[in-house]
Amino acid sequence: MATSTIESVTAPARRTVAPKTPRRKKSAIRWVGPIAVFFVMIGLWYGLSAIYAAKDQGYFVPYPHQVLQALTDPDTFSDLMDALLHSTEVAMTGLVIAIVLGMLWAIVMSQASWLERSLFPYAVVLQCIPILALVPLIGILFGYNFQARVIVTILISLFPMVSMTLFGLQSVAKQQRELFQLQGASRLTLLRKLQFPAAMPSIFVGLRTSAGLAVVGAIVGDQFFQRGNAGLGVLIQVYASRLMGPQLYSAIIVASLLGVLVFVVFGWLGRLVVGRWYDFS
Amino acid sequence: MSVETPVAPDQLVRDKATLLGFHDVAMTFPNGTVALSGVNLTVGRGEFVSVVGPSGCGKSTLLRIASGLESASDGTLELNTDHIGYVFQDATLLPWRDVQGNVELLAELAGRGPKIRREQAAKAIKLVGLEGFEKHLPKQLSGGMRMRASLARSFTLDPEVFLFDEPFGALDEITRSRLNDELLRLFAEQHFAGLFITHSVAEAVYLSTKVVVMSGRPGKLVGTFDIPFPMPRDPDIRYSPEFAALVGEVSHALKEAHS
Ligand SMILES: Nc1ncnc2c1ncn2[C@@H]1O[C@H](COP(=O)(O)OP(=O)(O)OP(=O)(O)O)[C@@H](O)[C@H]1O
Ligand SMILES: [Mg+2]
Repeated sequence: MATSTIESVTAPARRTVAPKTPRRKKSAIRWVGPIAVFFVMIGLWYGLSAIYAAKDQGYFVPYPHQVLQALTDPDTFSDLMDALLHSTEVAMTGLVIAIVLGMLWAIVMSQASWLERSLFPYAVVLQCIPILALVPLIGILFGYNFQARVIVTILISLFPMVSMTLFGLQSVAKQQRELFQLQGASRLTLLRKLQFPAAMPSIFVGLRTSAGLAVVGAIVGDQFFQRGNAGLGVLIQVYASRLMGPQLYSAIIVASLLGVLVFVVFGWLGRLVVGRWYDFS
Repeated sequence: MSVETPVAPDQLVRDKATLLGFHDVAMTFPNGTVALSGVNLTVGRGEFVSVVGPSGCGKSTLLRIASGLESASDGTLELNTDHIGYVFQDATLLPWRDVQGNVELLAELAGRGPKIRREQAAKAIKLVGLEGFEKHLPKQLSGGMRMRASLARSFTLDPEVFLFDEPFGALDEITRSRLNDELLRLFAEQHFAGLFITHSVAEAVYLSTKVVVMSGRPGKLVGTFDIPFPMPRDPDIRYSPEFAALVGEVSHALKEAHS
């Protein structure tokens, strides 16, 4: 808190002389906090592990270095990478389908208020269904492998695409719409040249959320449908049932990294596409 | 686009063929709001008519009817051209397009080819003095520059009737006065029929060949003032006693209309 106050007081004065210095210093300061927290957490983890080790239950909370060892063990590593590949495949397939479906759904709803009134409630219903309640049924209907996993992924990740695309399409200012109307622009032109570009920022916000949920969907799907190529969810269950603590933790870390990676990549993609004219922060 | 040398005042008078006419126009919205009643007003080529009136009296509605965005509930609209320009209060630029792309938009929607579009846009950008900013995005422009871009965008359609809905209302005094001069120059060059809405009586008198005063809702025309100063207008006219007297008269009428 104190540092940031000093920053904001001194920065303007310095900026006139050397514009780069304050920014570089600021970014260095920005990293100090998260890194400190990281080390504190590792420390706490060691403490917790020591407690469990004393109770002879070390496999529940293995030491961080044991996890690191498991993670870098060639056999475990190749199992993890195979599982990662399959989970990513499921997540991305589901995500692409959710994107296409979600945007189409939203575009249809944006065409008339009666369409929105008729269709939007079902998007909300979709959001409210506890997916886990549907999972056994999906297994029966679609088998217990890739297809079923993708369907769970779609169901989980669809809603943000629908709602954020619709929100974006409707965010167009009235006068901008009238500008097009005055030229007699068709619905398609309006959509292509006005509504869709205007919706891009919120579509990317939806996309980032959906991508994170798609990873969740792929792993949840895995835990219920164990046939076919095993993903991270399958691996996690196997490690858990065999009480392979360090391996279990490394699988959890890989799954988390996948989630973070997806979040970062889609955030970056959004800035790449619309960052030129839109400020996300 | 007929870029000519500034038109002599007597030629303006000769050309006064009506391009836009409201005949007994009334507007009642579906919710029962009566916005306009019995409006009679004509604007000819080479005429620049400003409308002043209290807020909510139906000025924007008048322009929306003229442009076809709204249709009058009573009376007739006479429109002798299909080249209409409409400048909104906000610049309404598309934030993802640069100045060039924004200025080309209307011509693009009108289905003109890329080459013609580019030429027209270049000409219009030059007309409003935005050369060198073609690649700038709206967020990189000042409010005044955005308004210029918006004006340029309308100019690409060679409007014969030009509707302005308080285009400079959000600008500071200096920018506003500069854009007033720009607009007068463009008016002299392009020879359109202008219908201009403003809250500033001084702006109305300075820009116009005629100023009309509207009453509070339902809006009616309650006063018409012919502005005798010659076009092209001398910026210093604003500091003359005659100008001040006219502004006073119009302001007085406006105050009467309000009560
Ligand atoms: N679509 C509409 N439905 C119902 N009433 C409307 C509609 N549009 C405008 N009005 C009403 O008509 C009246 C005139 O509106 P208008 O926008 O033309 O006023 P204005 O003179 O332009 O006001 P201002 O100077 O504040 O811009 C207002 O009372 C407004 O509330
Ligand atoms: Mg208005």
